[in-house]
Amino acid sequence: MAERNGRGREGGSGYVAGPGKEAGAGYEGGEDLATLVGRIAELAKAGEAVEAYASRSVSTSIRAYEAEIEQLSSSTSSGVGVRVISDGRQGFSYAGFTSDVSPVELLAQARENARFAGADEYASVAQPDGVTAPVLVTVDTAMADVPTAKKVELALELEAAARTADKRVRKVESADYDDVVACEAIATSTGLRAFSEYSYAALSVQVVAGDGDSSQSGTGFEVARGIVGLEPEAIAAEGIERATRLLGAIKPATAECTVVFDPRVTSTFLSVLAAAFSGESVTKGRSFLAGRVGEAVMRAGLDLLDDPTDAQALSAGPYDGEGLASRPNLLVADGVLRGYVFDSTAGKRAGCPSTGSAVRSGYSSGPVASCRALLLSDTVSPGMSAPDILVGVGDGLYVQSVTGAHSGINPVSGDFSVGVEGLRLRDGAFAEPVREATVASTLQKMLIAVLYAGADVQWLPGIAAGQTLAIGSMMLSGT
Amino acid sequence: MLIDQDVVERALSHAMVKGAEWAEIFAEDRSSLSASFDDGHVEEVANGRERGAGIRVVAGETSGYAHTDDLSEQGLLRAAAVAAGAARAGVQAPPSGVSLSAGESHNPSAVEILPESVPRERKVELLLAADEAARSGRPAIKQVSAGYGESRREILVASTSGVFVSDEHVRTRFSVNCVASGDGGLQTGYETTARTVGFEHFGGVEVEGLAAKAASRAVTKLSARPAPSGELAVVLASGGGGVLFHEACGHGLEADHIAKDVSVYVGKIGAQVASPLVTLVDDGTQAGEWGSYGIDDEGNPGVRSVLIEGGVLQDYMWDRLRAGKEGRDVSGNGRRQSYRYMPMVRMTNTFILPGESDPDEIVAQTPHGVYVAQLGGGQVNTTTGDFVFGMTEAYLIEGGRITAPLRDANLIGNGPQVLSLIDAVASDFGMQAGTCGKDGQSVPVGVGQPTLRIASVTVGGTADG
Repeated sequence: MAERNGRGREGGSGYVAGPGKEAGAGYEGGEDLATLVGRIAELAKAGEAVEAYASRSVSTSIRAYEAEIEQLSSSTSSGVGVRVISDGRQGFSYAGFTSDVSPVELLAQARENARFAGADEYASVAQPDGVTAPVLVTVDTAMADVPTAKKVELALELEAAARTADKRVRKVESADYDDVVACEAIATSTGLRAFSEYSYAALSVQVVAGDGDSSQSGTGFEVARGIVGLEPEAIAAEGIERATRLLGAIKPATAECTVVFDPRVTSTFLSVLAAAFSGESVTKGRSFLAGRVGEAVMRAGLDLLDDPTDAQALSAGPYDGEGLASRPNLLVADGVLRGYVFDSTAGKRAGCPSTGSAVRSGYSSGPVASCRALLLSDTVSPGMSAPDILVGVGDGLYVQSVTGAHSGINPVSGDFSVGVEGLRLRDGAFAEPVREATVASTLQKMLIAVLYAGADVQWLPGIAAGQTLAIGSMMLSGT
Repeated sequence: MLIDQDVVERALSHAMVKGAEWAEIFAEDRSSLSASFDDGHVEEVANGRERGAGIRVVAGETSGYAHTDDLSEQGLLRAAAVAAGAARAGVQAPPSGVSLSAGESHNPSAVEILPESVPRERKVELLLAADEAARSGRPAIKQVSAGYGESRREILVASTSGVFVSDEHVRTRFSVNCVASGDGGLQTGYETTARTVGFEHFGGVEVEGLAAKAASRAVTKLSARPAPSGELAVVLASGGGGVLFHEACGHGLEADHIAKDVSVYVGKIGAQVASPLVTLVDDGTQAGEWGSYGIDDEGNPGVRSVLIEGGVLQDYMWDRLRAGKEGRDVSGNGRRQSYRYMPMVRMTNTFILPGESDPDEIVAQTPHGVYVAQLGGGQVNTTTGDFVFGMTEAYLIEGGRITAPLRDANLIGNGPQVLSLIDAVASDFGMQAGTCGKDGQSVPVGVGQPTLRIASVTVGGTADG
């Protein structure tokens, strides 16, 4: 494929997204990437382990503003990264392009880097472990044929719907259509070969609503494998509702109360909590969950499953970032900690096999152990809908969005403090809106204090599902 | 030169032929090296390279963008056509030539020692020294990770306005992260240094001192008590809290937020938006600072802009698109993460100028409150002006004295309100490096401030205030 498209050896003619054609037409399957990583892995010398990873993504981003297209960008990105382990010393090198990469040169640089690293008996490239990769549909093949005009239309429809549906809407700050069709290939000198493809299409809108002196913003969005199911009107309505229901929000009085997380907030919460389950953090003493397998770390009846083989999860995939088959891992069962997630290196350090949980953030860095698709379920009160939970809680605070999650949640110490916006709950119903407040506790206490984990599961971008989650006795700080 | 001038001219002409009203090429070649230390050894040394060009085309109200990692003439011509197509220029303009004149850039940051000229052994030695310094005399320190990073970024910007200019950004950074263990569990301490300079950075900054600071921060917090909750007076130590101003008002002064009427600072030029003690500056020309450069990513020189003077709003920050619409000059604030992104309005080094108070006096005159030695990250909602920022080293102030250490918590406030509640500004000053994320793009920025006091702000802890 590389040859046919004039990429690679023939003068490095490179690659531009959908030249003159519809965006998406630039996507070519990625066989050239599989060939490239295979060639690199085969260059391994005796006594060294080599892992090569390459990815390519073709994406479109369209922003509508006041009935016009403000920006339209069309891009193709690709790159390749090589990890070498020699005498326990690890080196890495990458190139942010694949059109005229020399496998020999890239490998030579990674080897040179490895000379300066310290020897680590645990550093390793994944070994085949006999687990068969699941067959998952993670790409909508129709995406390649969606004309740019259709994408533009979706962005304009979204913007118009958000601007005109409610007179309290003062501004539609952004109305975006984004998509990506991508593939990645991994090959190791230990014999692993992995190739996977995925696609996403998303509509998102940021609405500013106003009423007198009060202005509030709200975001509506939907992400799917393709454009089917993206409904501009519903997404606009979601953004409008989330902005307008905060109008007139006031700073609440400081008090302890029950807190209910919106599904998006729960997804953020679980994503940050995930770091404490990382086998790397645990073996290096950087997790409050280290050494606690067999202990009750959550309220009885709660299960926490990390399952990247669940095709519903947007982060699902057949392989992990080291080329091993994805598999489900039950981390907490009935509130009791069962284990952690490991990549090959962290697993070796802990004396256990990889759990297929290596994650990469791209071609420019190596794999790390991480949860991939977390889902919380409640066997004590199963099947709770969001309204059921609000009624069950009665009085408290519904948290619509949080700020400062990255600075305010410490998965090492467990300290938790985030900025919140939301609505008071009275007798199980939404009451007055609240802003400029924080809620605080510790992760340790919060996991035990979970009252309900809803069955209203929605898979959001990232590594954790969203669902309504009620947590007792958190400190609300305001006036 | 990344691309020859005649090739650039032909590529821009091609964009015009394809219907552009204005076109720009941004080419970039970035090399980086990093070394990471963790768990007692140098875990990995890594290097990499990115290079490519992005082409931006404006037609009507639409900006079209495409990029390529192929810097040949053929690659650029194709990208130019895609970008022009993306801008949906319907009409074919008559072919027109583009003529560029090479401009000069004056990078404020002179590089004495190119990092790539220094052997990797030296960089690895810095990591080992940091680990030893962090652990030395502190048995509670159970884990140390440290990172060294260097990058060299050559950029070239040319547009149909006639500009053809290049610049080189050399940056070096070092960070240390420690975990301490005690009866009350684990605590963390972090410290970093990052400058737009070469390896001479480590002649001036001792990584051992940096490591010791991170380690003692973690150890101190082992005996910390939960932070209070509710409204209190907060004293920010010099250099430790500049992120407050980056979040509290910096983002709200970016012209894109102003143009879309989603900032609390719309229509406030000339108005008192902060205490008279507050003068806020954004300055891309500060030698060596993390957010400095010779030219921004649209080819315009970095500028020192006084945004707020004596509490009165003077100006916003501008990129080409927003300044063009207002018919005014840019302020050198057009930045992008890489050639894969369109530029937008971003801060450079944003700081509060020193005042006249004695920093110790400010504490002494605070009967009850919180002393924040170090803030971590923050976030702002520009629509409401509400922001949060995390305290990573803080103490109680009791009876005018700094007393017990506090566990991590967020502060929350409202930008305009907090700015008006600043009632003391000291004569000291300190800067800090950070990474600013906006709309999916990250860029290096500097923040700074003298010791100052906010009369009342909400502390988001769990203990009674």
